[in-house]
Amino acid sequence: MSDHHPTGITRWFYTTNHKDIGTMYLWFSFIMFLIGGAMAMIIRAELYQPGLQFVEPAFFNQMTTMHGLIMVFGAVMPSMVGLANWLIPMQIGAPDMALPRMNNWSFWILPFAFTLLLSSLFMEGGGPNFGWTFYAPLSTTYAPPSTDFFILGVHMMGISSIMGAINVIVTVFNMRAPGMTLMKMPLFVWTWLITAFLLIMVMPVLAGLVTMMLTDRHFGTAFFDAAGGGDPVMFQHIFWFFGHPEVYIMVLPAFGVVSEIIPAFSRKKLFGYSSMVYATASIALLSFIVWAHHMFAVGMPVAGELFFMIATMLIAVPTGVKVFNWVATMWQGSLTFETPMLFSIAFVILFTIGGFSGVMLAMAPVDFQYHDTYFVVAHFHYVLFPGAIFGTTAAVYYWFPKWTGKMYNEAVGKTHFWLSMIFVNLTFFPMHFSGLAGMPRRIPDYNMMFADFNMWASIGAFGLGFTQLFFFVTIIMAIRGGKKAEEKQWDGATGLEWDAMTTPAPYHSFSTPPKVD
Amino acid sequence: MAIRRKLIAGMTGLLGFMLSGLVQAASELNMRPGVTETSIEVYELHMMVVWVMVAISVVVFGAMFYSFIFHRKSKHPTPATFSHSTKMEIVWTAIPVLILIYLTVPAVKLLIKMEDASNSDMSVQVTGSQWKWHYKYLENDIIEQEISFYSNLSTPREQYENYETSGAAENVNYLLEVDNHLVLPVDTKVRFLVTAEDVIHSWWVPELAVKKDAIPGFINETWTKVPTPGIYRGQCTELCGVNHGFMPVVVEVLSKPDFAKWLSGKAEEKRIADKTAAAAASQNWDMDKLMVLGKTVYDAKCAACHQVNGAGLPPVFPALKGSAIATTGPVEGHIDIVVNGKQGTAMAAYGAQLTDAEMAAVITYERNAWGNDTGDKVQPADIQAFKAGN
Amino acid sequence: MTEQAQENKKLIKRLLAIVGGMFIFAFALIPLYNVFCDITGINGKTGGQALYQNVDIDKSRVVTVEFLININRGMPWKFESQVKMIDVHPGELNEVIFYAKNNSKFDIVGQSVPSVAPGEAALYLNKTECFCFDQQKLMAGEDIEMPMKFYIDADIPEDITRLTLSYQLFNITDSVNANNSASVATK
Repeated sequence: MSDHHPTGITRWFYTTNHKDIGTMYLWFSFIMFLIGGAMAMIIRAELYQPGLQFVEPAFFNQMTTMHGLIMVFGAVMPSMVGLANWLIPMQIGAPDMALPRMNNWSFWILPFAFTLLLSSLFMEGGGPNFGWTFYAPLSTTYAPPSTDFFILGVHMMGISSIMGAINVIVTVFNMRAPGMTLMKMPLFVWTWLITAFLLIMVMPVLAGLVTMMLTDRHFGTAFFDAAGGGDPVMFQHIFWFFGHPEVYIMVLPAFGVVSEIIPAFSRKKLFGYSSMVYATASIALLSFIVWAHHMFAVGMPVAGELFFMIATMLIAVPTGVKVFNWVATMWQGSLTFETPMLFSIAFVILFTIGGFSGVMLAMAPVDFQYHDTYFVVAHFHYVLFPGAIFGTTAAVYYWFPKWTGKMYNEAVGKTHFWLSMIFVNLTFFPMHFSGLAGMPRRIPDYNMMFADFNMWASIGAFGLGFTQLFFFVTIIMAIRGGKKAEEKQWDGATGLEWDAMTTPAPYHSFSTPPKVD
Repeated sequence: MAIRRKLIAGMTGLLGFMLSGLVQAASELNMRPGVTETSIEVYELHMMVVWVMVAISVVVFGAMFYSFIFHRKSKHPTPATFSHSTKMEIVWTAIPVLILIYLTVPAVKLLIKMEDASNSDMSVQVTGSQWKWHYKYLENDIIEQEISFYSNLSTPREQYENYETSGAAENVNYLLEVDNHLVLPVDTKVRFLVTAEDVIHSWWVPELAVKKDAIPGFINETWTKVPTPGIYRGQCTELCGVNHGFMPVVVEVLSKPDFAKWLSGKAEEKRIADKTAAAAASQNWDMDKLMVLGKTVYDAKCAACHQVNGAGLPPVFPALKGSAIATTGPVEGHIDIVVNGKQGTAMAAYGAQLTDAEMAAVITYERNAWGNDTGDKVQPADIQAFKAGN
Repeated sequence: MTEQAQENKKLIKRLLAIVGGMFIFAFALIPLYNVFCDITGINGKTGGQALYQNVDIDKSRVVTVEFLININRGMPWKFESQVKMIDVHPGELNEVIFYAKNNSKFDIVGQSVPSVAPGEAALYLNKTECFCFDQQKLMAGEDIEMPMKFYIDADIPEDITRLTLSYQLFNITDSVNANNSASVATK
């Protein structure tokens, strides 16, 4: 009875079911990931060798900009929302999200927003070409006409995120099964709860910012134009006030995923549950006072630089606590290395490496040599790709049997892992070196002293691109012809979705709340 | 058991060795120490952080790899049950705090030093625009007369558009060379006043460890003191549009006597240039002469945006072929936009960047090339008159 | 409405208040940022018109004030200060004359934007009269002498011995005309 679901294509337009919506978010984010990845392939093809071989600098700037926008707003963020939709209700024993119809709207805004954004590439003057960070006045006075569509797209996507975040908070606060206190919730729910607060606080700031851009462009204001009494640096302050919490928005849910998977495959409870909650909350709070570490070279007074340097270094403390807790979870456990565990372990190691370059970047006097070079590109790709994205990949493999009732092929999954591991490092590790050697960001051509690093990075990138297609085939094969999954596929797994629900999860689960002790 | 322990020790050591090998100071993998006291201190602080991070990674990843080997299910079938240890939590919160303090103290000291531009011996205003740098030496004891010039990328377009066939691979300074170096005297504290004319740029010379954003409408201060003569190359480090990757920085540091010679040479150069320009301006140029010079100037200075075929990249870079400005519109309007530039666009004021003869020639070229065929001829004297307000 | 729905509604209202508040906060950042810059003087932004009254002069110190002029593109004016630098005592009121000439055949409205380096010194620079407070309209061929009167606070830190004041001159004729025609249209 609880498995009865609508059929046909209109099912997907009208659905208010969190599982359906979660599925749509995940597929949407994967399509965006492939599109953003294709743009990365164009970038890496051009950067494979010195000289301008494939694209003009004008188009190259559009590719770097769109790659960033699509990955941040179209791939990483929606993938996290997809996981939230699938997992939060099941993990807290709720039948669905608190606001199912708003949930549907939150999703369906996105294809419209991104069609608009992508179509700007074909407008006169080309698409956005000012970097995903769109600093003024390059993005206001000197920007192509399509910028107004970019602004509209950002507004739409922002509304989607805000609605999604409200939905998560109301669901977690008001719909937990009796007995499920906040401190009994799975860590994934905690990290998403905190992420949702970050979202409702900073997405409106982004909305205000792009509105100011719009009025500067067309309605005679001069927020960011010195001639009219404005200040381009203020743009950066407002942007990064949004931007820094944004990067934690992208990674905190992955922290939650890994905190579920590592205990399962260590057959041991998560070490220091309450510290993990407090550490995540500290990271979120601290993320509001570090924004100007993206702006050390802007001409800030020394007092400001010192404040932001010290505050940024502080964030390393709760982040370190989390890493140590994951290691302590594995310590003296009973480990097996199925695909979800492999991706989670890789997450811990490689995200930590990204954290190391982050500490280096936080040190303002040395940051002057790293800022706006490939060293920064290496840092954020390490925390985003083997960070956020490996986290989502691990989640997909881990919960796949619960979602579909089928099992993916473990040997194929492991192959996907090893290909990813090799190519992600081959792509992004050399970028540390090209940055240290002095290669700036966002340039389509470079001196031969950077050539070897770029060649390796491009080779790695082509391999990494191929690997995603491999992933796609793996998932399709599993959905279509995968073996039937066990009732509880992973013997070390815990949680309501594993212990109080059949496999695959019924279309309507927990119509009666489960008992939680 | 003993063998296992040796194995662990060996593997951890190997891992540490491999990591440290990767960050060898001497090789091209690392940041360069540079030539100034500041850059060397920055390099040393960088190396300190790197070693600390390597040490932390050896400990943390070492523990993880240990677990992978010795706590795998086949070797360790019964998992422990602990999930809590206040003592450990305190230890691994306190130790990172101490490490961070250890890193922060020298960083604070160095930052304060780097941001102190006071008591400088000379000042240079650095202005970034799309897509070149402009340097203005301010008058003082060392600089008798203000000197100012533009510094454009001098790598020929042919090299970056046809890298394989143009011999660009032999050009060691590919994309890092300019027509006019910023020349500075050795052992002199030079203050830079960095600003921009249009969008945000950033001035960076890695070997001097100087990087400062150029913000339109605002000035930023930074400084350097170079103890070793030499040529030091850097690039713009803030996305500023299409040719962001094509506006390098080249600083040439000379001994004090050589710098004094350069100064007087610059003054002489200006005298000669003014004379030549005046001479050229007083002549009457015929169409052929104007078109030849015009095409040279156009291809070198204008084609980057307006394209060699005049088609531009509308709407940001308007077409000149068939455009009103270059055909039906008044010649004076055309002269105005070339001499004065256009506010709020990438069209800079070329009045200060080209001679009167060059401007006359390029405007003539634009009005007659690509089928524009207006038959208009602009003389250097016309440019002179326009600039004087007549 | 069920009790659950009522609970939800209460929470949603609170969350939407946060959303709205943060949206307004983004705009509030502009005056907040300006106030912060005014109070601390950082970012090199000089303040508005100051008054010169009851100011002590510190004759024991000398501060050099240097003037930089930048004429932005699309601005065919001559614009210069009559002196390139001036030595002053903190607390002393000084006047420097600037000269501007519109060399073109069109009437042009200009705006000078000041900026001070080092940024911290801006807090101590007080202008009692400055052309940069207002827009400057010059008819074709017109020229003008513009005085700028200023004094430096006597409590300027000892280690600041030089201040660089830069003026960037922008052509704002288009935006002035746009605003004028907009206000004409609404009349």
